[in-house]
Amino acid sequence: MNDLTRAAQQALADFQACQQWEQRARLLLQWGAQLDELPEELRVPDNLVHGCETRVWLVLDKNAQPLHFQVASEARLLRGLLALLLLRIEGLSANHIAAVNLVDWFAQLGLSRQLSPSRSNGLNAVLERMRELLAHSVD
Amino acid sequence: MFLPSPWRQFFPGILAFAEQQQVWLDSAATAQKPHIMIDALSQYYQHGVANVHRAQHQPGEHATRCFESARNTIADWLQAAAQDTIIFTKGTTEGINLLSQALAHHFQAGDEILISAYEHHANLLPWQQLALAHGLTLKVLPMDADGQLDIDHAITQLSARSRVLAVSALSNVVGRQQSLQRLLSAAGKAGVWTVIDGAQAAVHQRPNLQQLDCDFFVCSAHKLYGPDGVGVLFVRQRAVTALRHWQFGGEMVRQCDYQQAEFLPAPLGFEPGTPSTANIVAFATTLAWLQSLDSQAIVAHEAALHAALLAGLQARAMQIIGTPNCALVSFNAPHVHHADLALLLGEQGIAVRAGHHCAMPLLKSLGLPGALRVSLAMYNDGADLQRFFSALDQALEILQ
Repeated sequence: MNDLTRAAQQALADFQACQQWEQRARLLLQWGAQLDELPEELRVPDNLVHGCETRVWLVLDKNAQPLHFQVASEARLLRGLLALLLLRIEGLSANHIAAVNLVDWFAQLGLSRQLSPSRSNGLNAVLERMRELLAHSVD
Repeated sequence: MFLPSPWRQFFPGILAFAEQQQVWLDSAATAQKPHIMIDALSQYYQHGVANVHRAQHQPGEHATRCFESARNTIADWLQAAAQDTIIFTKGTTEGINLLSQALAHHFQAGDEILISAYEHHANLLPWQQLALAHGLTLKVLPMDADGQLDIDHAITQLSARSRVLAVSALSNVVGRQQSLQRLLSAAGKAGVWTVIDGAQAAVHQRPNLQQLDCDFFVCSAHKLYGPDGVGVLFVRQRAVTALRHWQFGGEMVRQCDYQQAEFLPAPLGFEPGTPSTANIVAFATTLAWLQSLDSQAIVAHEAALHAALLAGLQARAMQIIGTPNCALVSFNAPHVHHADLALLLGEQGIAVRAGHHCAMPLLKSLGLPGALRVSLAMYNDGADLQRFFSALDQALEILQ
């Protein structure tokens, strides 16, 4: 189900080719640098994701077809993680997004430690907020 | 950087981390435990357990003797006078919550509570919430650029409406030892109750509560190489009757009817329910062990490590918060988000803390979203710092 897009397949191959943490970190930074970030004017308190020590903003454009999330983060590595998250769900419907196993996605990328419960980087909080926004968009 | 720690061998947790290539530089959050503490816990349980203060049987007497002897050992370590009181709590946080509630009946709207700008949330929120509930004024005493509390200014802030002065002796963010004697003395003369948060300070300098002229002193066992879930609230004799009972239940009662009750005085009246006996006994064992060591050598070792840490960070042009002189350094790398740096240090097995360090108002006032903190303990050595600096250099190379 939910076959990977070609870009996602490429990302997976790139990350799986990393032997060392330095390579993974540099790759994450590259992905973060490519992220099309939420514009400044939308980085308002209402769009802040609660539970992140680092500030992260997340917006779901409900009018877009297919669904479109936009994010912004102050930290560059987190920005990379967010870019990889969006890459996995881009083009999918709300129901399909809900069915994606994102924990598994980050595990395949070799980044599962970034999702551990003690991590305060906010990726978990972003996932949570994403589910909330999707649930509302379906109603 | 050859700074071996002769005490490292006594801490199995540090040795276990070393096998996993982990360097523990987060002791300001919690400290690793000496095997003598771990053995004491195990021994206490292996000899059979009983409730304290309640039973007539022999195991109960034994448990009570161990428990009260632990109280004496801890009082002795704090260099408390015989007439002062030691109340066991769950930790510093509970100790301060206890005080804020047990003293609350003395306060009226318009009264003042004074804290410093660098307080941990544990020594801010209980007072803030008390102030909000009772219409009190919370005065925040400023620190200078070094992180030193401005004592002259603080003294001018004492007024006829001041009721409590609650300050930390060593900030968990700035790492600067405060000289509070003059302020404590002025507050005492003004009839203000004085509370010292010793959670950080007690780890690096054995308290002398006959010299430090406060009414109340709180600290936590887990930061002091002791077990989790135990704290100490020291109460000077002159202040003990000011406290009103705050939590109710077993063991703290003298006389109980359906409609009313009379309670025991401190300390037992403030220790409702079954205490954390094994942990308290093991904490006393830990302190007795610490006392048996060469405390000057420990202070000198930690000072040498701290100087090396500071020098290394300065050499790399890190932005250091204040002018730390003890135990820890908080810093940021220029143009690097602390979360990015923390992530890459974590990848390399370096355990440091990143974020607001439970002092959000302080970080906000410094205009920082957060900071990294490296904190030291007696078991750290020069090799730990070397690994930290090499990881820092690698991380910065990637991020800058």
